[in-house]
Amino acid sequence: MSSATAHEAHHEEHPSGIMRWITTTNHKDIGTLYLWFAFIMLFIGGAMALVIRAELFQPGLQFVDPQFFNSMTTMHALIMIFGAVMPAFTGLANWLIPMMIGAPDMALPRMNNWSFWILPFAFTILLSTLFMEGGGPAGGWTLYPPLTLQTGHALPFVILSIHMMGLSSIMGAINIIATVLNMRAPGMTLMKMPLFVWTWLITAYLLIAVMPVLAGGVTMLLTDKFFGTSFFNAAGGGDPVMFQHIFWFFGHPEVYILILPSFGVISSIVPTFARKPLFGYSSMVYATASIAFLSFIVWAHHMFTVGMPLSGELFFMFATMLIAVPTGVKVFNWVATMWKGAMTFETPMLFALGFIIMFTIGGFSGLMLAIAPADFQYHDSYFVVAHFHYVLVPGSVFAIIAAVYYWLPKWTGHMYNERLGKIHFWLSTIFVNLTFFPMHFVGLAGMPRRIPDYALQFADYNALSSIGAFGFGLSQLLFLYIVIQAVRGGAKADDKVWEGAQGLEWTLPSPPPYHSFSTPPVVK
Amino acid sequence: MARTAKALGSGLAGAWVWALAGAAQAVQPYNMPVGVTEISREVYDLHMIIFWICVAIGVVVFGAMFYSILKHRKSKGHEPAQFHESTTVEIIWTVIPFAILIFMAVPAAKTLIQMYDASDADMTVKITGYQWKWKYDYVDEGISFYSNLATPADQIYASAKKDDNYLLEVDNELVVPVGKRIRFLITADDVIHAWWVPDLAVKKDAIPGFINDFWTKIDKPGVYRGQCAELCGRYHGFMPIVVRAVEPAEYEQWVAEHKAKSMAEADADAAEAG
Repeated sequence: MSSATAHEAHHEEHPSGIMRWITTTNHKDIGTLYLWFAFIMLFIGGAMALVIRAELFQPGLQFVDPQFFNSMTTMHALIMIFGAVMPAFTGLANWLIPMMIGAPDMALPRMNNWSFWILPFAFTILLSTLFMEGGGPAGGWTLYPPLTLQTGHALPFVILSIHMMGLSSIMGAINIIATVLNMRAPGMTLMKMPLFVWTWLITAYLLIAVMPVLAGGVTMLLTDKFFGTSFFNAAGGGDPVMFQHIFWFFGHPEVYILILPSFGVISSIVPTFARKPLFGYSSMVYATASIAFLSFIVWAHHMFTVGMPLSGELFFMFATMLIAVPTGVKVFNWVATMWKGAMTFETPMLFALGFIIMFTIGGFSGLMLAIAPADFQYHDSYFVVAHFHYVLVPGSVFAIIAAVYYWLPKWTGHMYNERLGKIHFWLSTIFVNLTFFPMHFVGLAGMPRRIPDYALQFADYNALSSIGAFGFGLSQLLFLYIVIQAVRGGAKADDKVWEGAQGLEWTLPSPPPYHSFSTPPVVK
Repeated sequence: MARTAKALGSGLAGAWVWALAGAAQAVQPYNMPVGVTEISREVYDLHMIIFWICVAIGVVVFGAMFYSILKHRKSKGHEPAQFHESTTVEIIWTVIPFAILIFMAVPAAKTLIQMYDASDADMTVKITGYQWKWKYDYVDEGISFYSNLATPADQIYASAKKDDNYLLEVDNELVVPVGKRIRFLITADDVIHAWWVPDLAVKKDAIPGFINDFWTKIDKPGVYRGQCAELCGRYHGFMPIVVRAVEPAEYEQWVAEHKAKSMAEADADAAEAG
């Protein structure tokens, strides 16, 4: 007994101060690092969005040069996608997957450390390009050549930083797959895993499949620029459209990488606060897998206007429309889970309900975009901007916020301030709609995306969007305050935290021990 | 706290009043234009059909959700049911959306096939995108000119009063006849651009080294404005498109004038070079 205690104590030892975080191999510490990193990036990317919205508040050029405006739209996207949403989900995975499957830690702890610590360097490099000769990348996050090849000194640095982000993501994904497949507690069969684990397992496979494709694409850009190749240069026998095919073969699965883990989060939260098991568990798993499969065969719907042959247009239109079926199944299952439950509306549930409604609105505009003839009108207009922000902001970001409120008491051992949480929800919901809903209108009326100045008939809606954006940005400072408050103290959270909570993580104390399950629990 | 809430409430109320007042005085467009071609009307119809389908699904799904949120609350003493599976229900809500999609796919495919058929054109115009202007070549007439933004810099950078067509006005408009099938060939000289005129429901990428084609047949004389739709660098937002559709007789007259002008310019160039 005493030797066992000594053994435990030895494992609890770790350096303190900054070295604890630099050398850590602990899934909770690394999860925390990922989440704080994502939070910082959310504010940096958000500040860039506010530069964009300030310039677009009224017609005319008031604040920034058009080239800088373009680098703001480009950097905002790269930072939000690779710096905020993806690391936030990886942070959640690190914290939650070992606790949910009854494991002591992740399968590959040292790689886990490395995959996180690449990120601050990658983003320092990316952000430093703003100060280089020729400015930051300004060809859009989609990096289409030949425009991207006009980037100044920033180009090789942007490409290097994308390679580093890709490495980090792939290592994170390998770790998650290794953990999920090897470290489940006895009795935890695949079809008993919480949906968050399932959606992350599938997401990890998507990451491994497509990040190398992006790496290949950007490397070809690099050799075109510096080593005389002509992959994307028609004058040398190449084809600029080929880059778009490569990019979107990565890019479409990428958008599901950004949303599938949210489905897992929502599938955890809704049953808890409806006090009723998730409706259609197995159909949820199959729907996730179907969405992942379809994500590989729909990429060219991002390219309906490049002049593909008719047969290509028809194929990608039909395949894209099909995605509505499994996505619909998910939404119906969530509603059926709520049906005849006994619901309460704590902050995580509010964000989850907001997610379901607003993600579905984004899904509707997605279905509209799938209709190729109509897409000729929507494509590259603000309608598209409205669409993907609806699925990403009140979609992915709301799911991440919901997850933080839901598991924060478990992580810290303290309840957050419920009243402030609710205010945060209502402010976020009102402002996010004020920001993005008018974008549907200006887009349909003919406003192209990625322009720093616009015709007068778009002025009113743009003013509304800008007010909404500043409101939404400021509301997130309240979120920061609530999180810090809960980390520092507050009412003691019990182990189960939520009356209706189900799952292994709720059997651990709040906060959980440094090594989650040193003895595997038995799942019946 | 109560004071903050009150201040917040009045702030929000103020924003709403402002928004509503804005909406009331605004005749600002908020929907896709019906446009002036047969294709643009079909596209508009497709857009509205899919929109109303989405609205209908939304009413059913959100209706059920809000009913549940209002009725199935713990605070109302509702006891949770424990059902969590029904293959029948799952099959129903897989099959119904599938049927709706097929219903939608048929007219969409029909319109798309029509849009792709650029045969039997009455005339051909070649469009070339440059950073940051358009060039139009009337292939059969030998007319060729650049079309640049005409909005003065002091309206963009300074506070000079912006005129009605701010950023949507050019020095040389693309003049075309109504009632004729016009085939466009489109390419670019430097980076990718896209030629978009919402009233014609056409948007096609201009890709360096490749030629895309599309067609239109305009029913109504008028001036139709559009913009470059593919990010093309610093002045992407400043290369508008203006199409002036006129009666065929007026078009013939315009062609005659411009042929003479083009010829005179060519002679002048030759003289200069010589």
